[in-house]
Amino acid sequence: MSFDFDELVFADVSRNFGRRRALTRVNLTCHAGQIVGLLGPNGAGKSTLLAIASTLLAPSSGEVRYGAATGRDAGPGLRSRLGLLGHDLYLYPELTARENLQFFARLYGLNDVDATVARALDRAGLAERADDVVSGFSRGMRQRLALERALLHGPRLLLLDEPFTGLDDTSGQALVARLRGLRDQRRIVLVATHDLDLAEGLLDRVAVLRDGRLLAVDDSSASLRERYRETITSAAAR
Amino acid sequence: MRQFFRVAWIVMRKDLTVEVRSREILYTTVFFAVSCVLVFAFALVREGRPMDDAAAGILWIAIAFAGTLGLGRTFERERHTETLRALMLAPSDRPAIYVGKLLGVLALLAIVEAVLVPLVALLFDAPFARSPLWLVALLAAGTTGFASVGTLFAAMLVRARSRDVLLPVLLYPITIPVIIAGVRGTAALLQTTPDEPMARFWAALLVFFDVVFVTLSLWTFEPLMTE
Repeated sequence: MSFDFDELVFADVSRNFGRRRALTRVNLTCHAGQIVGLLGPNGAGKSTLLAIASTLLAPSSGEVRYGAATGRDAGPGLRSRLGLLGHDLYLYPELTARENLQFFARLYGLNDVDATVARALDRAGLAERADDVVSGFSRGMRQRLALERALLHGPRLLLLDEPFTGLDDTSGQALVARLRGLRDQRRIVLVATHDLDLAEGLLDRVAVLRDGRLLAVDDSSASLRERYRETITSAAAR
Repeated sequence: MRQFFRVAWIVMRKDLTVEVRSREILYTTVFFAVSCVLVFAFALVREGRPMDDAAAGILWIAIAFAGTLGLGRTFERERHTETLRALMLAPSDRPAIYVGKLLGVLALLAIVEAVLVPLVALLFDAPFARSPLWLVALLAAGTTGFASVGTLFAAMLVRARSRDVLLPVLLYPITIPVIIAGVRGTAALLQTTPDEPMARFWAALLVFFDVVFVTLSLWTFEPLMTE
């Protein structure tokens, strides 16, 4: 990999959709080896921030920096270091689990596609269903497959939008363990979630968004639910 | 350059695999194109005698209508699963994704044309078999011109609410020169004595359109696809 970075910086990032302001002057820095949680009520701007970090959406003002490079200069080198698990899972329902992963592995120019895909299927717990079409999978199975799709190329920056959706308790705990493993590998993980129970103890830092504004960035070890409630309540009182 | 065509090939192969599984686009476009030709045959063939020069026009109208339907559905599939975003995230030149999608559409339209040509020949008594190579050249060049603009517009409109209406409204005015050149070139081949120099002229004009349209599409695809 020719391009790499160990820091993601949102500098005064704003984004408008027509006259609606989805994000207002967001400043946030995420370091390698950290899991940063994006918390906030519906419509707070979490998904928009993740889309901007993934280069799929350009900020209306401000910039995103990946190490020394800016998002505006985003090219194939930068995209090869990003992994995104969105609200939609980016899987082809007509293809099998194996074909989906093979397609993305080839698109990313990975070597030894078959072995890489076999390992990913194993990690997703889908080795036995590898040759079944994805349209027959449950939401949780698709979610696990989509996570492996996002991680297939070993991205430095992993962007996860509601990754616990549809997962049963065992799969949720397995995902938490997987994310901790990624933190140990010095990846930057940015997670937008409403599942505070699963996120408890997982997040190194918490960024709370509301109405497109960053209310607080907190790295204390107090209860996540309490911190979140406090931030939202004090913002509402202001 | 090798990487560019490798990605285009991967995307095209994926599109064809999905289509082989679902057969959704192929069946609908072929059915629509055949229906179109049959309706025109009932209207324009009297007592077994078709109207002069009707065959060339009907062939190209059916290709254009079926092509529009196929283009819309190809990208609707990507929109439905949001996989277009995953393609845009891939670390490859984004125009390579465009070329892959274009090749998939061309493969689909080639199958539609393989059904349409004998059907039009049969219903309109059109001697397409007299100059098969020129016919193939005209169809290939004309379809490439039409599909190159169509693929760009279909991708561009994928998030537009009224994309089904906007696609033909934007596509037809721009591709009218391609369709006219295709019709005139094909009509030249259907004369009592095939006018090959005239067919060559129209084929050359179509190749010129192809170069312009494909170049412009490759140039504009990335900025148009960035939200």
